[in-house]
Amino acid sequence: MEKTMKLEIFRYRPDQEDQPRFQTYEVPFREDWVVLDAINYIKDEIDGTLSYRWSCRMGVCGSCGMMVNGIPKLTCATFLKDYYPDKIRVEPLTGFPVQRDLVIVMDDFIHKLREIKPWIIRREGEEKPIEGGEYLQTPAELEQYKQYSMCINCMLCYAACPVYALDNTFVGPAAIALAQRYNMDSRDQGRDQRQEIIASHEGIWECTFVGECSVVCPKAVDPAGAIQRSKVSSTIDWYKEVLIPWGGKKR
Amino acid sequence: MGGKEEMKPYRRPVPNTWWLERRSYFLFIVRELASVFVAAYSVFLLLVIYKLGQGPEAYEGMIELLRSPALIVFHLVVLAFAVYHSITWFNLTPKILVLFVGEVRVPPLLIAGAHYFAWLVLSALVAWVILRA
Repeated sequence: MEKTMKLEIFRYRPDQEDQPRFQTYEVPFREDWVVLDAINYIKDEIDGTLSYRWSCRMGVCGSCGMMVNGIPKLTCATFLKDYYPDKIRVEPLTGFPVQRDLVIVMDDFIHKLREIKPWIIRREGEEKPIEGGEYLQTPAELEQYKQYSMCINCMLCYAACPVYALDNTFVGPAAIALAQRYNMDSRDQGRDQRQEIIASHEGIWECTFVGECSVVCPKAVDPAGAIQRSKVSSTIDWYKEVLIPWGGKKR
Repeated sequence: MGGKEEMKPYRRPVPNTWWLERRSYFLFIVRELASVFVAAYSVFLLLVIYKLGQGPEAYEGMIELLRSPALIVFHLVVLAFAVYHSITWFNLTPKILVLFVGEVRVPPLLIAGAHYFAWLVLSALVAWVILRA
């Protein structure tokens, strides 16, 4: 007999019901299947009404993040065999409103991502003309921020963060890690602009260092580390401003 | 197809017991809670110093009180929390302190190790001051 596995899936269809519920599906068990394969099987063979996001199937696009047995995971990298023969519970990422079934509303994250200006900013008058060529960087300078640049915006870190779940005003792990990525880039001069958001109450100081964001990150970005390092440099800024008369000047 | 105003996203409530749902959350809450005990002990220590300022008799009375079983238990509980608080934070220091010597990053173990070493040295110093009498 073919081995099978049960998936308990969060369903919410706002056009039909006010409250979400769980629906159980039985799918074939295959050694090489990931949770996303099982969900695709459900969509194709059992219930076409199931809604969820996915794209690349190889841990690059960051679309298929879901809660698997309560832990935020990229479902394309979460194997059924690690759970077999137990039932797997699949839910939309926590901390976000649910649009439908496993689809979350990500507007808040996208808004925060834009707010921290994740691009290279040059001071006025210091931007090179195109003919001037690229801004050069040594491997050591690249090493300073490379880890933070690996973020794929999958939002698993937000789903792992109890601070964000309790208070959505928190700028959150990925956005702060990305701010840090540009702040530490030798070609960038935009730190002062980003500090308005990063050093605000809703920024780094909201973080209580639970550390779970770094645990669930599929790209080893270590947002928790980025936030704490940002706290250290913001604190140094503050001391400079208070103790040194000329220290508060913008660089 | 409906526009944005027709959507009704569902917000899942966060239960008050969220910190019991994952081991890491629980350990985090214990670490935060431990600071309450550390603070309580600081207040207690101030009280002892205050008694010392009131003269030898008041101080002797305080010392006598310190021998009571309830206060010994209090000290043991505070010690346990203080040790937990220190260890969990020392283990996190490599994430906060990222130092480079030239182009080479100081190994995380060395950062945490330096904290433990400083802790050991300071504890030995305190023990020496108290025990040499």
